[in-house]
Amino acid sequence: MDEILKIEELNLVLDKESILCNISLNIKKGEVFAVIGPNGCGKSSLAYSLMGLKGYKQKSGAIYYKDEEISNLTVTERARKGMTLAWQEPARFEGVTVKEFLSIGAQSRGNNIKQKDLEWALKEVAIIPQKYLSRNVDETLSGGERKRIELASILLMKPDLVILDEPDSGVDVVALNNIGNIIKDFKEENIGVLLITHSDEMLKLADKAALICGGEVFNVGDPKEVSEYFKYECMPCEDHNPVEHQEVLLNE
Amino acid sequence: MNDYQMMVDAYKKAGGEDIFSDSNTAHMVLEQDNVLGKHEVEGLKMDAEKNDKNTVDLKLQVKEGYKIKNPVHMCFGVLPKEGLQKIVMNVFLGEDAEIEVMSDCVFPNAVQVRHQMEADIHLSKNSNYRYIENHFHGKTGGVTVVAKANIEMEEYSELYTLFTLRKGRVGKIEFDYEAELDKNAKVEMLTRISGYADDLIKIKEIAHLNGQNARGILDSKIAIKDEARADVYNELTASAPDAKGHVDCTEIIKDNAVAKAIPVVEVKHPEAKVTHEAAIGSIDSDQLQTLMARGLDEEEASDLIIQGLLKG
Ligand SMILES: Nc1ncnc2c1ncn2[C@@H]1O[C@H](COP(=O)(O)OP(=O)(O)OP(=O)(O)O)[C@@H](O)[C@H]1O
Ligand SMILES: [Mg+2]
Repeated sequence: MDEILKIEELNLVLDKESILCNISLNIKKGEVFAVIGPNGCGKSSLAYSLMGLKGYKQKSGAIYYKDEEISNLTVTERARKGMTLAWQEPARFEGVTVKEFLSIGAQSRGNNIKQKDLEWALKEVAIIPQKYLSRNVDETLSGGERKRIELASILLMKPDLVILDEPDSGVDVVALNNIGNIIKDFKEENIGVLLITHSDEMLKLADKAALICGGEVFNVGDPKEVSEYFKYECMPCEDHNPVEHQEVLLNE
Repeated sequence: MNDYQMMVDAYKKAGGEDIFSDSNTAHMVLEQDNVLGKHEVEGLKMDAEKNDKNTVDLKLQVKEGYKIKNPVHMCFGVLPKEGLQKIVMNVFLGEDAEIEVMSDCVFPNAVQVRHQMEADIHLSKNSNYRYIENHFHGKTGGVTVVAKANIEMEEYSELYTLFTLRKGRVGKIEFDYEAELDKNAKVEMLTRISGYADDLIKIKEIAHLNGQNARGILDSKIAIKDEARADVYNELTASAPDAKGHVDCTEIIKDNAVAKAIPVVEVKHPEAKVTHEAAIGSIDSDQLQTLMARGLDEEEASDLIIQGLLKG
């Protein structure tokens, strides 16, 4: 399998605070790569940095997507090359219908979509198309519904790499099952998946996992082993400052 | 081609629907101070009379008890580059009457056009008036729209107004609306405008909830960029038990645009309640970045967000 994403020694500083420290990870095509770790360890920040969001440009290090260094590309450029991100908490859009919202990604990638494609994508995330297509993607949708609709929009986009930031949080069991199936489909279609999650169920879908703590990668390997290491070996540490963390490690 | 046809064509070209040939739908077409077409239906009387130069007296009356089924289409316009259109409008709805007016204002070639409207609106007991105004302006910004309305609402009457700039530049827009509401009357005024270049938007909307259980909503959504400017003044007073109202003003700015919102709420009765919300700022960056992560560029993304906002 070829690599779709290579992260080399990524360092991210926000507000003078070191958030990510020397992160190096490789994700292959068709691989589900999980990222786990405690709240506030930098998982979402990593996702934002990879996607190129405003304010999240790395201080140093490199990001290779399909062998191209993309650090200087805009979010739009990255998306048009087939990378995308599903937010932990999706934004709301007043006056934009589910139908319009679903079509955006597909159109920008040059995919011609029809009504039946929209319906298919919604059914994939356990949403009844007739009820939702003309509704707005605003606060009248529940948080879980917005997450599922965002995932449906990504399906229609046919990306090559998706970053899913806790796709399982806040969704019901039925939808959870569907989301699992979607991740399996991504894999079958040779799409790379970076899956940020706190759930053991989701972790079962992963081929590989990395544990991040205090902005550093602590452990990479078999998802079950990494997860067990996190659960049983990881002490809650007072100090989440990755730089000091590293000093401690070096001293050891 | 005659003037009427030119006006109807300009209207259709601007995006309006063809309703002028339907005999069940009343209409009125006015180009500058000329009445080019008029069609009434049962229960509705429309009189247009040119008095002074460039001034048209327009009377719209709905007889007591009549509920006009199809929306009445009014088309106002100035076709040449320069011109003045001054309308003095008198609206009277009898008891239990009901009407929806779709008013379309078309100034496709405006370089120096002024459209001035002074309206007196009286809604009798339990009547219902919906006034949907759509503007189609040219790209040069040469339009000045000045609209003033005095509105009297008897008990249980309802008024809904929606102003939208559908096409082109604002130029200058100046609204000054004031409504007095008796008990159980309900007013809702919505304004949706996007402006750019050196557009100027001035909105003043006032509603007095004088009667018991009167209701008022003043809701403005404005998006401006470049050097455009928007001043929104919303005043809502409540002076009777159970009178309730809400003022909502959202303004999105970009570039050097300047937006100002002045919500004034005054409550003179302990059992009345008025709330207000005003938000001025740039486009939410989470919204922008979500759309950019789907491949839209920043400009496309902000257009979509603003279009959505103005629809809502
Ligand atoms: N813009 C910012 N400025 C300063 N600190 C920030 C900023 N954004 C995030 N942080 C901090 O960076 C750390 C990592 O946050 P991040 O959202 O990446 O965590 P996470 O691993 O996704 O957590 P969770 O599991 O709760 O979603 C946190 O301590 C957070 O407070
Ligand atoms: Mg997070």
